[in-house]
Amino acid sequence: MAGFRDRAAFPVVLWGVAQAMRAAALAFPAFRAKIAERDALVSIETRDAGVGRWYRFSRGRISSGAGPADRADVRLLFKDSETGLRLLTPPMRHFDYINAIKMFKLDIVGEDEATRWFTEIASLMMTAHWSFGENLSNGETRYVNDTNGGPVFVYVKDAKIVRMTPIEFEVEEAAKGRWSISARGRTFTPPPQTSISSHGLSNKSTVYSKDRLLYPMKRVDFDPNGARNPQNRGISGYERITWDEALDIVASEIRRMKTQHGNGAILSSHSSHHTWGNLGYYLCSLFRFNNAIGTTKMVINPDSWEGWYWGAMHHYGYSMRNGAAEPYGQLEDCLENCELMVFWSSDPEATTGSYAGLEGTIRRLWAKEVGIEMIHIDPYLNSTAAFFGGKWIQIRPGTDPALAQAIMHVWIDEELYDKDYVATRTTGFDEWRAHLLGEDGTPPKTPEWQESETGVPASVVRALARKWGAKRTYLSCGGKGTTFGGANRAATGAQWARSMVLLMAMQGLGKPGVNFGCLQYGTPVDLDFYFPGYAEGGFSGDVEGNAVAVSLYQRMPHLISMNSVGQRVPRLRIPEAILDGKTEGYPTDPRSLERQFAKFGYPAPGHSPVRMMFKYGGSHFGTSMDSNRLAKAYQSDSLEFVVNQSIWNEGEVPFADVILPACTNFERWDISEWAAAGGYSYHNEGQLNHRVITLQHKCIEPLGESRSDFQIFLDICKRLGLSSYFAEGRTELDWCKMMFEASDVSRHISWRKFLKKGYFVVPAEKENLRQKPAYRWFAEGRKKDVPEPHPLPSEYREKFGYGLQTQSGKLEFVSSSLARANDPERPALNRYIPSWEGVRSTELLAKYPLQLISPHPRYSFHTAQDGKGGFVNDIDEHRMLVDGWYYWVARINPADAAARGIEHGRLVRLFNDRGAVICTAMVTERITQGVVHAFESSAVYAPLGKPGESADRGGCINQLTPKRFQTDMTNASAPNSCLIEIEAWDGKTEIAA
Amino acid sequence: MSAKWALFFDVEKCAGCQNCFVAVKDEYVGNERAGYFAAQPATGHVWFGAKHRERGPAPFTEVAYVLETCQHCDDAPCLKAATNGAVIKRPDGIVIIDPRKAHGQKQIVDACPYGAVSWNEHSQTPQAWPFDAHLLDEGWRRTRGEQVCVTGALMSMKLNDAGFEQKKREGWRELRPDLGTKARVLYRGLERLETIFVAGSLETEQGGVRDCVQGARVELIRAGAVVASATTDAFGDFKIDALAPGGAGALRISAVGREDQEIPVTLDRSISIGRRIVPAT
Repeated sequence: MAGFRDRAAFPVVLWGVAQAMRAAALAFPAFRAKIAERDALVSIETRDAGVGRWYRFSRGRISSGAGPADRADVRLLFKDSETGLRLLTPPMRHFDYINAIKMFKLDIVGEDEATRWFTEIASLMMTAHWSFGENLSNGETRYVNDTNGGPVFVYVKDAKIVRMTPIEFEVEEAAKGRWSISARGRTFTPPPQTSISSHGLSNKSTVYSKDRLLYPMKRVDFDPNGARNPQNRGISGYERITWDEALDIVASEIRRMKTQHGNGAILSSHSSHHTWGNLGYYLCSLFRFNNAIGTTKMVINPDSWEGWYWGAMHHYGYSMRNGAAEPYGQLEDCLENCELMVFWSSDPEATTGSYAGLEGTIRRLWAKEVGIEMIHIDPYLNSTAAFFGGKWIQIRPGTDPALAQAIMHVWIDEELYDKDYVATRTTGFDEWRAHLLGEDGTPPKTPEWQESETGVPASVVRALARKWGAKRTYLSCGGKGTTFGGANRAATGAQWARSMVLLMAMQGLGKPGVNFGCLQYGTPVDLDFYFPGYAEGGFSGDVEGNAVAVSLYQRMPHLISMNSVGQRVPRLRIPEAILDGKTEGYPTDPRSLERQFAKFGYPAPGHSPVRMMFKYGGSHFGTSMDSNRLAKAYQSDSLEFVVNQSIWNEGEVPFADVILPACTNFERWDISEWAAAGGYSYHNEGQLNHRVITLQHKCIEPLGESRSDFQIFLDICKRLGLSSYFAEGRTELDWCKMMFEASDVSRHISWRKFLKKGYFVVPAEKENLRQKPAYRWFAEGRKKDVPEPHPLPSEYREKFGYGLQTQSGKLEFVSSSLARANDPERPALNRYIPSWEGVRSTELLAKYPLQLISPHPRYSFHTAQDGKGGFVNDIDEHRMLVDGWYYWVARINPADAAARGIEHGRLVRLFNDRGAVICTAMVTERITQGVVHAFESSAVYAPLGKPGESADRGGCINQLTPKRFQTDMTNASAPNSCLIEIEAWDGKTEIAA
Repeated sequence: MSAKWALFFDVEKCAGCQNCFVAVKDEYVGNERAGYFAAQPATGHVWFGAKHRERGPAPFTEVAYVLETCQHCDDAPCLKAATNGAVIKRPDGIVIIDPRKAHGQKQIVDACPYGAVSWNEHSQTPQAWPFDAHLLDEGWRRTRGEQVCVTGALMSMKLNDAGFEQKKREGWRELRPDLGTKARVLYRGLERLETIFVAGSLETEQGGVRDCVQGARVELIRAGAVVASATTDAFGDFKIDALAPGGAGALRISAVGREDQEIPVTLDRSISIGRRIVPAT
């Protein structure tokens, strides 16, 4: 019966489709324009009984008639009337379409471009009436967007961005997001607005940057059918070409790679971040694209997590956090119970929790207000130390583990540690104790022992250890509390991070007032409210490369995708892969403590070496070590084709053969939550005072001929017959809506209201449901009661939910996992092994006597918002204008400057055997004598001679840093183990001394 | 008496994030508003920004930021230097350089003793931060800089004359009262940059073990009299602060069970006597 009814009803629905399209064309200009894009004959029909209807699109008009058409450009084929009726009758669920496609009950036949056009029409019918943004009385429209530095209102007038501001919450939003914390007789409530960092606020200047790429371009001496001249990459100029020409070259090169060289020939190289948004982020659109064409995967090393991932986690677990500590519920505990906060290589005011605006600053001011004492251990009087004050302990870079051991020595010597905790919650203490006391034949690790190494006076170490041992202390090691911080990005980085865990193991981690952190995390926001973070991969369907399978896939059904190519290259070994044809690496694989030991080689067995690079996003010249290597690799003839998809002409872009201009997130649709990184930093939104979810409005049209990343990938896919697979017939805004519906936001606000308004503040957690403090469960021997779905169930040792991820389930003074790894440079007992480039490098020190540290920048977000003629260039702690050029800033101690005749504000040359960078000197007491400080991550690479072989005045400090990994059995970068010399610049353009 | 705008900058509360600097750039670069301002050039100009200052040697070094911007003086030198009524003082206290009328009047730049007026080569006009007057006129309650300042270092407020005077009594003062321009931007915490400190660390050694000396008394003696003193903390550190620069004196260090020491010091700038061993008696 049902079958008969469906056969009768289906033609009626098909007639209705024609009527609906005509109505939409009348009402909505966007729909009318889409219809008019091409002429076509479309047929919707069933495979069983020949039921169907044809639709003719001709110069923007629609005619239609009963029965299938024979020579249709697009045929939408349903298996039977029942399927057709179900899929074309509201509510239409993408889940049903996906299943119908997978079960071969729905097929669309025709040229890829035509089918894509028709599915866009179908989608636009639903969306053409949507409106967004608030019209203001002065003629401006206020939209919403989000950035790497916080969400923004975007004021637009005459199709141009006027300004961006933080989001001041409307009364209703403010009320539901509001919370208070009471501690020590005071009550604290955050202000009802979002905060923002300087780089987030500077986005208007980079949208309208002079360096925007506005047209596709081709290198003048690159001929895909003739001479390619790879040796001129980085040297030759460019000519404008059409999008069709550019896309044809890229698509044909992809085909050529696959047919002539085979799997593995295409390398996808990308930055670790991108413009904000779940669709635009590299883990979504790019990974979907990569999986569609099959690429050699670039393996990211956990840059800012190095010491934690390769070291610390072997003593306490947390592999799924790359070795970072659990970050819950600390706000109340800290304000109420903590007496001392030790910042060790920790500058949250500069690193701002990556994306968290100035949210943490607000809470650290509360800590100051309740009188929590602060101490800072750093070679540089960093921004946090400078603002909050407290004892500054100057230390020589790379020697931190020695100081840590001496502190622990004092604790043992003077019995200033938590003996009960050590007895019940840890293993291996006796062996560690014997090592510290020198009972194993090594010297006792006294304060006096460490002084010649660290430069920290023994008396200061003793005073620090006593104070710390006597007070309830929060240890902030790195800007996020754990992770970040220059000390974990040095040859001794893993040793240092391991030491930090051992320090806390002796002081009762998890007891009241004793924890990791600096109030960068642990606010009482509701973390059980679901919204996907960027590492959940959006619509990528990439079940291997990101966390889509964990929560998002089930809530937002879409086609899964997999990369068929099994070849990998470590990010920091791309030059070797290209120049030497072989290299090796260790993976960033957080599933267990042991997976990082699984060495892999390049080329992978049976795979083609890399012959083409698809580069996407920010430059690696400023962010990968010894980066002159990269320039040389680009000029190698083993790299037959390079395409660069970028928003700005900077860094690596002038090394491409073809340039594809992408637009910013202000010129396309996206959706996201502020600071939410998904699995990359689980519950990263726990840094916020209010969780804010944004519908990132398309505020202006793409500048010039630039297109969204999604659109560019789609356009390439069209030429490879992959566009339906890539986008599933959905537009960017469709995907935004689907992600909205997949999230808990849709249970609180309608799509139309959310789309119009652009933001949603997640209601604060009920007071009696607030998260428990991190590690309290562990300290008290209870089942884990923080909302962390880690480690994986099999990683619990005795019983699910109890104990840590270590083999013993306890804090391990001597690591079980490292004991089996047999890495001579990472022994199970965390011996102090001096840096291979540092205070003990006597021979090299004679030539290059200064230690260089290059922490994450304060005023740009890595390469984002740096250069490009943007606002932050005029901040003189970021760049200084000298003779018409914005030079990167290098900080040097007055004594070191005087000895070299260097004056404040003058140009200097920083150099060693690896490279030379021209900077402006900032002569300052803030940097310890013998050390030079210059941020990493310049976006600008401006070699003064041949690229890769001359001095750079762009400011890519990483030209100077070593490519050597912390230890041979890791991929851990060590840029802060770097010796240089510095001199007043005399105009020399060479690298050599 | 109508209320007038004033801006307050607290040196102690500025973290140097430069959000205010960027916010003002955002407001004025690429935008123009007749009667208020012409567009600020994309690069080069600083209309509003917190200037990094440093005080004293390591490890006692302090960092402070001082706001540099148009002071919206009640007795504005730029207004007197302008012809054609190019600079106006609004009834709400805000000083506006009219971009059209001020065309070509470079003397307005030179007239500002604070160096707060920039010269726009492109439009040939003098330019300064107009207190976001166009926004306040549209109903904004805060200036752009204040909106992005989370530490409370910046506050814009509309006060009547009595209220403004009251603020001065509460310790807010002009950046350069000596200039007599009656600035409407008031500061707190400038003393930190106008005075100096004498600091140092005391420690002792016994049997190869070194310890900080806590609780030692350190006195600064000038012309035979004790003028200031401090007590060492757990790190053996002392800092005698808020001293007027100039002259010389001596530090007298006394600790229980130790010999008194006297160390001559010159006081032309902040100094540290470094780490000093205090021998046992």
